[in-house]
Amino acid sequence: MKPLIIGLWLSLLFLPFKGPEAALWFFLISSSTLCAWKEVAPRVRTVIPALEAGMRRLTDRAFFTETVSPSLPYAAIAAFSLLPFLVRDYFLDVAIMVGIYVILALGLNVVVGFAGLLNLGFVAFYALGAYAYALLNTSWGIGFWTALPFAVGLSTAAGFLLAVPALRLRGDYLAIVTLGFGEITRLVLNNFDSLTRGPNGISGIAPPSFFSIHLGTLTLFYYLVFLATLATIFVTARVRSSKIGRAWIAIREDEIAASTMGINTTLYKLYAFAFGAFWAGLAGAIFAAKMRFVSPESFTFLESVLILCMVILGGLGSIPGVVVGAFILVLLPEVLREVQIYRMLALGAGLVILMVFRPQGLFGGKRVSP
Amino acid sequence: MPAAEMLKLEDVHTFYGPVEALKGLSIEVRQGEIVCMIGNNGAGKSTALMTISGVLKPRTGAIFFCGERITGLAPHTIARMGISQVPEGRRIFPKLTVRENLEMGLYAVPARRGGDSPNRSSGSDRCESRLEKVFALFPVLKDRQKQAGGTLSGGEQQMLAIGRALMSEPKLLLLDEPSLGLAPLVAHRIFKTIQEINREGVTVLLVEQNARAALRLSHKGYVLENGRVALEGPSGELLNDERIRKTYLGE
Repeated sequence: MKPLIIGLWLSLLFLPFKGPEAALWFFLISSSTLCAWKEVAPRVRTVIPALEAGMRRLTDRAFFTETVSPSLPYAAIAAFSLLPFLVRDYFLDVAIMVGIYVILALGLNVVVGFAGLLNLGFVAFYALGAYAYALLNTSWGIGFWTALPFAVGLSTAAGFLLAVPALRLRGDYLAIVTLGFGEITRLVLNNFDSLTRGPNGISGIAPPSFFSIHLGTLTLFYYLVFLATLATIFVTARVRSSKIGRAWIAIREDEIAASTMGINTTLYKLYAFAFGAFWAGLAGAIFAAKMRFVSPESFTFLESVLILCMVILGGLGSIPGVVVGAFILVLLPEVLREVQIYRMLALGAGLVILMVFRPQGLFGGKRVSP
Repeated sequence: MPAAEMLKLEDVHTFYGPVEALKGLSIEVRQGEIVCMIGNNGAGKSTALMTISGVLKPRTGAIFFCGERITGLAPHTIARMGISQVPEGRRIFPKLTVRENLEMGLYAVPARRGGDSPNRSSGSDRCESRLEKVFALFPVLKDRQKQAGGTLSGGEQQMLAIGRALMSEPKLLLLDEPSLGLAPLVAHRIFKTIQEINREGVTVLLVEQNARAALRLSHKGYVLENGRVALEGPSGELLNDERIRKTYLGE
């Protein structure tokens, strides 16, 4: 009975847009799907734990723990280092975007996943990195490698400066302030015409060069992003298992307990903000060099949400999870390009389904600390 | 000769927003003692400990530790001076392993004494020797080193919380209701261990609902009512006090 009511209700919503015939079809399809789902759902619920147990049995085997899983990262590195020889330019282009988003998501993961601080304005640091390189390059002709420390330094400093006042707040309030910071940054970029050329953006940014080799070609740029991504994964993983990383996890788990353990919570939260912003700055500079054009349009609130989705999808705090999350959320819209207008809808539905069946994220079930 | 004074609270007033939880609390803890604070719910016992450890800031009044004024200092600074707190409800880190939980205690070791990094790879000899000391007190923790803290039983979690606090080798240990939610036998074991810790030279300030056990264990007792001290004295005397027997010991 319930599926019929839901179907009827949905088709009534549909009626004004598509006419009675489409609404009738919609009613039939949705209510029969819901009826079928009602039959299948209990079975799915029993199948999922069984599947998980099966996976665990498989992954607990000595062969898997000793041979397969340690070699998995190396296999992935080998595969990705050969990618330019295997695929068309289009895929390489997508792979570069995946790399940039992996860096961004890992940066945000430091703030949200490790230290447990919700940052909804992460895109601001990304924008600062991108604009810093864009302006240094177009105004003064400074090359990528010389500009990079400035771009990264600027966003790190911005992370630090935002954190000083923002860390007096907690939870929702912190989220609102960071969201505000993200919007302010975008609006300044949009309106500071004399410096940023406003909504027209900055074009003609030079691609990086390595000694005398111009990294303008897609393949060479791919390797640049590839190395930067590897560095991000390596450094964030090392920092997580350091004294600082352990302090972040303690703060996330129980801030008061952490403070009575002798952890300077304010200082470590500052580190988390600045360290996260550092990677966003790196991703921003690479993005500007890749696109050779930046405009405020690339740094909207939606972008922050997308990066946050990557972190949550993969599982808060899990580095492999976040990498996979970034892969999925960059690749999925590309795959769904066929269905154009419905792709955001499909993406949303996919996220909802994931949160219903695996609220901890794809890789979130595992222990978070190393 | 009386032992040196370690902790002193002078007319401390602490507020939760507009609500005054401590209304002029004054207590004194001397070196080597076990001092207990008993009292009903809402008497301000936990607030007193939170104020000492710096998590709550007193509005007026002063707190001295080893002669130094620590009023208003940040909790991590106070922890590094040698005050270690075992908070109410244990508050261990559930997702970290037992060993990692214990290593957390090392953040309170001041850097100038060559502060240990809790990183396993740099797990120094000192870290190991401190772990061994804790394992000697609580052998069960040694067996469960690699287990996540959240999977331990209530009693084991309490042991873990105490062990974690001892890792920094504190001068003063603040214990907030260590027997809370534990079976009587387990609680008894915890109290025995507290005595053992004290014999090794750690001064203890204990907050308890279980007034009888706390008074038997301690040298000196304070009875808190409405945020101030209603009665104080050597624990043996308080145990025999008519009013206490009626109100807190249920006789």
